[in-house]
Amino acid sequence: MSSRGWPLWEVFVRARRGLAHTHVGSLHAPDAEMAVRNARDVFTRRSEGVSIWVVPAAAITASSPDEKDAFFDPAGDKVYRHPTFYEVPEGVEHL
Amino acid sequence: MHGNDATLDEPADDDPAFLALIDDDGRVEPRDAMPQGYRQSLVRQIAQHAHSEIIGMQPEGSWIGRAPSLRRKAILMAKVQDEAGHGLYLYAAAETLGVDRVDLLDRLHAGKQKYSSIFNYPTPTWADIGAIGWLVDGAAITNQVPLTRCSFGPYARAMVRICKEESFHQRQGFEILHTLSHGTTEQHEMAQQAVDRWWWPSLMMFGPADDESPNSARSMRWGIKRFSNDELRQRFVDMTVPQARALGLTLPDPDLAYDEATGHWHFGEIDFSELFDVINGNGPLNAERMAHRRGAHERGAWVRAAADAYAAKHASRSAGTAA
Ligand SMILES: [Fe+2]
Ligand SMILES: [Fe+2]
Repeated sequence: MSSRGWPLWEVFVRARRGLAHTHVGSLHAPDAEMAVRNARDVFTRRSEGVSIWVVPAAAITASSPDEKDAFFDPAGDKVYRHPTFYEVPEGVEHL
Repeated sequence: MHGNDATLDEPADDDPAFLALIDDDGRVEPRDAMPQGYRQSLVRQIAQHAHSEIIGMQPEGSWIGRAPSLRRKAILMAKVQDEAGHGLYLYAAAETLGVDRVDLLDRLHAGKQKYSSIFNYPTPTWADIGAIGWLVDGAAITNQVPLTRCSFGPYARAMVRICKEESFHQRQGFEILHTLSHGTTEQHEMAQQAVDRWWWPSLMMFGPADDESPNSARSMRWGIKRFSNDELRQRFVDMTVPQARALGLTLPDPDLAYDEATGHWHFGEIDFSELFDVINGNGPLNAERMAHRRGAHERGAWVRAAADAYAAKHASRSAGTAA
């Protein structure tokens, strides 16, 4: 293993309790422990988080190589999944 | 995530669909197909930006041990540490375009990629640290705020983080100068001299005039750049002149005058021959900055090797193969 080959880690930070971990960026580190330490120094110097996850970038499976392809098309024509699709008579409340 | 997989159908530099996406204020993400020229421009710009962040640690780092109080020392350390972080955000953004940080550093060390010329000027007094924060970080912020809306997602996101962190950098510099300017006569004089030294180089940070900047138009067409060099420079001057007054310091330009008609501050002609001279390696400290950077990289080799060995040892132990 050489520093040239240090794996890439994706970093997720929980900003505060009650919120989900959110992707904040990536960094290289020789192992998971160093990745967490480096992530603390790089991404939470101003108390931006209470919890950090690091995930090897190579372990992520993504939907498709092109983010603009037809994979998400099936949802495109199903407007009735949104409440705004429905007509509500004048004066009806709490619906 | 990494965008290493070379795209099979790479659009041409003037591909109508790509330009339409840009015109629509859309964003480009690493795994999207993008013109080769767009990718190359971004790699060059982001790498140069990253290199500037880490080389920029040197002029200020040299004053950490000499800061006049514990408060100033803690602030300066925090600022220099931020700049290291900015370098990391930007190298990570560049890597999403399929390049390797290690290669970018090699290219910097070989003198094949540049960093901002501003860091080739010396910091002879404590007041220079004030002037860097106020003027150099100030100019950098003026450049960087529009980059938060850059068409390339990872670069824009890195700039959002950076701009958030930059806001204290300029203020701490302003505060240093304000304190000196309102101190003894010698301190005031020291502050004035530092501002005299840094004013023109700061204006040159925005790059050559628009009609001398061939790459600019292309970057603007691709939504990488949102404003021209001259527009950003003018914006910086307009913001800075009133601040100089508040500091009780003058700016070394006899032509500086408010233009009622345009609402802008008119400033004198910039001697760009100096900028090009510094870019071409003849600045006061080009050689020293590069030697220091290469030396720091070489002296850190054992740390990287030790981290490798430690990771390898623990990996083999947890795999149950340790002797
Ligand atoms: Fe910075
Ligand atoms: Fe800064």
